[in-house]
Amino acid sequence: MNAMLDTPQAQSAPVIAGRNLVKEFPVRSKGIVRRRVGAIHAVSGVSLEIGSNETLALVGESGCGKSTTARLLMNLIEPTSGEVVYEGRDLTRLSRKQMRPIRRDIQLVFQDPMASLDPRMTVFEIIAEPLRVHGLFKNGGRERVNALIEIVGLNAEHRNRYPHEFSGGQRQRIGVARALALQPKVLMLDEPVSALDVSIQAGVINLLEDLQEELGLSYLFVSHDLSVVRHIADKVAVMYLGKIVEEGTTAQLFAGPAHPYTQALMSAIPLPDPRKERARERIVLEGDVPSPSNPPSGCRFRTRCPLFKTLSEGQQRKCIDLEPPLRSDHEGQTRAACHYAAPKQLV
Amino acid sequence: MSKLTPAASLEAEAITSKERGQWALIARRFFRHRMAVASLIVFVLIVAFAFIGPLLWTWDYKIHPEIPPRVSPSLDHPFGTDQAGRDMLGAAMRATAQSLKVAFVVALGSTVIGAIVGAVAGYFRGWVDAVIMRITDILFVIPFLAIAAAIAGAIGTGTRWYHMAFILAIFGWLNTARAVRAEVLSLREKEFIEAARAAGGSSWHIITKHLIPNTTSVIIVSATLQIAFAILAESTLSFLGLGIQSPDTSLGLLIQAAQGFAFNEFWYLFYIPGAMVILIALTVNFVGDGLRDAMDPRQTMVRR
Repeated sequence: MNAMLDTPQAQSAPVIAGRNLVKEFPVRSKGIVRRRVGAIHAVSGVSLEIGSNETLALVGESGCGKSTTARLLMNLIEPTSGEVVYEGRDLTRLSRKQMRPIRRDIQLVFQDPMASLDPRMTVFEIIAEPLRVHGLFKNGGRERVNALIEIVGLNAEHRNRYPHEFSGGQRQRIGVARALALQPKVLMLDEPVSALDVSIQAGVINLLEDLQEELGLSYLFVSHDLSVVRHIADKVAVMYLGKIVEEGTTAQLFAGPAHPYTQALMSAIPLPDPRKERARERIVLEGDVPSPSNPPSGCRFRTRCPLFKTLSEGQQRKCIDLEPPLRSDHEGQTRAACHYAAPKQLV
Repeated sequence: MSKLTPAASLEAEAITSKERGQWALIARRFFRHRMAVASLIVFVLIVAFAFIGPLLWTWDYKIHPEIPPRVSPSLDHPFGTDQAGRDMLGAAMRATAQSLKVAFVVALGSTVIGAIVGAVAGYFRGWVDAVIMRITDILFVIPFLAIAAAIAGAIGTGTRWYHMAFILAIFGWLNTARAVRAEVLSLREKEFIEAARAAGGSSWHIITKHLIPNTTSVIIVSATLQIAFAILAESTLSFLGLGIQSPDTSLGLLIQAAQGFAFNEFWYLFYIPGAMVILIALTVNFVGDGLRDAMDPRQTMVRR
C-alpha cells in the first residue's frame, strides 16, 4: 500500500515544497504597551509538495489557513517556522533583494477579481506592471502584453479600459494574464473561481487547464468547492484548523475518503442524480470551528467529529491526548490524520 | 459614451491605442468637463492679466507723483487710483501676481510634502507612522500665527513673497498628510497592493504607482483648499504687518488698504481685489473638480 502511494510523488521531484510550515499571528493587548497575549495558529505544521505540471488542490472551510499557506509558499508572509524549498533554496531565508528574481517564477491569482486590480490603471497597465517592475518592458513588453490579453481570451482592443468596465469573469482573466506576464513556473490560485457565477467558473477553469498544458505550469489550487477540485486537481490536501487532515491523489481521495472531516465535505457535494442524492448518506457537522487561538488538544477535529461521538471512552481518550499523524496504514489509499481512519465511499 | 460611435472608436483604438497612455486618457476626460475647461480658461486669463498685463499697461504698482489721488475709474485709470496716487489697475496686476505666486508655491509644496509624508506613514505603519504623526500633531498644536510671526519677524523688514510661501507651506502640508495617511491606511490592505508586492514591486513603487494615484481625489481637494488657505493666510499676515509689505503689494494688502471703503464712493478699491480673490479660488476649485473626476475612471462622465 505504501509503495503504491509513494510512486506518483517519487516520480517527479517537486517544483516547490513547503516543509512543516507554521504561521502564528500574535494577538496583542490594547493600550500603549501592546503586550503579546496570545497567538492565532493560522497554519500549524503543513508540508506540501507540488510537482511540475501538476495541480495540488488545498481544500477546507473558511479560516482554516488555506490562503495563509499559499502566501507562505510565495514567501509573501514570513513563517514562524518551517521552510519553503524552491530550486534547492530555502525561500524563507532569502532577503527581499534575493527574493525579487524568484518572484518572477511564482505568481498569485486572487479570489476577488475586483479588489485585486488597481481601479485607476488600464488593463494594459495592470498586465504590464510586473514586466515594468522587473525591467522587462523595454524589450518587447508591449507585444507581450497584447499577446497575453489574447491568450486569456480577451479582446486586445479593450486594453485601454479600466477594470470596472469588465464582468467578473473577464476581470479574473485579467488577473490570470497579469500572473502569467513574467512566465512563471508556479501559480498560486487563491480561490480563483469562488467569486464567479457557476457558468463563468467553467470558462476560467478551462482556461487554467489549457494554460497548464501549454505552458507546463504547476498550480496550487486553493478552494472550498470539491466538485471544482475533482475536475482540475491531480492531488488534493484537505485542511482543518491549520493542519492537513488528509491527502492523496484526486482519484484516491474521491474513491474513499478516510478522515471523518473529508467524508463530511464529500457528503455535501451535490449529486446530479436525484435518486442517488436522496439515497446517499449525509454527514452533517455540528457546532462551530474552534477558535484558532486556542485549538483543541490532540485531534483538532474531535470537537465536531461524528466518529468521535460513537467511540468508547478509552478510544476517545486517545483522540484527546494524542495528536494523530498523517498515516497510510489504514484500509484506504489516502494519508489521513485520524486514529480511526476508515475509507467510506460517498460520491 | 463610446457606444454612440462604436465603429469609429474601435478604429481609432486600433490605430492609436498603443500609444495612448494613462495621461492621454485623463486629458481626454478632463476636456469633456465643461465647467472645468471654462474655469481653466478664466484662470489662464487671470494668470495672463497678472504676469503679462504689467508689460502692456502704462503704470506699474508704485506711487507716482503725476498720478492724481482718489480718481474714479476712467479711461486713464480703469480701476481708479488710491489716496496715495497709485494706479489701481497696475496695483491689481502686481497684487494678483504676488498672491498667485504665494498660493501656488504653497499648494504645490505642501501637497507634495503632505502626500509623500502621509503615504509613507500610512504604508509603513509602526514606529515610522508614530514618529511622523507625532511631529505633525506637535506642529498642529502650535498656534499658526505665533510661529508665522516669529519666522516673519526673524526675516526682518524685507519680507518677500517666497518667504511668505515658505512660512505657509510649513503649516499647509499637515492637513494633507493626515488625510492621505487615513486613505492609505485603508488602501494598503487591498488585494491589488498585495498583487504588486507579489509581482516584486518595491515599497517606493507601491507608494508612487498605487497608493498616491488612488488618493488623488483627497490630494486634489486638499490642494485646492490650500490655495484658498494660502491667499487668506497671506492677507491675514500682510494685514498684521508680517507679510508682504508696501510698496510691494498683494491682494490681501489691497483689501486691507481699502477697508472702510466698501460702502462709499471708493467701493471699487475694495471690491476689485476682493472679486479677484473669489475668482481665483472659484476657478481653482472647478479645475480641481474636473481633474479629480478625470482621474477617477469610475466616475461616469455626463456631458455638462
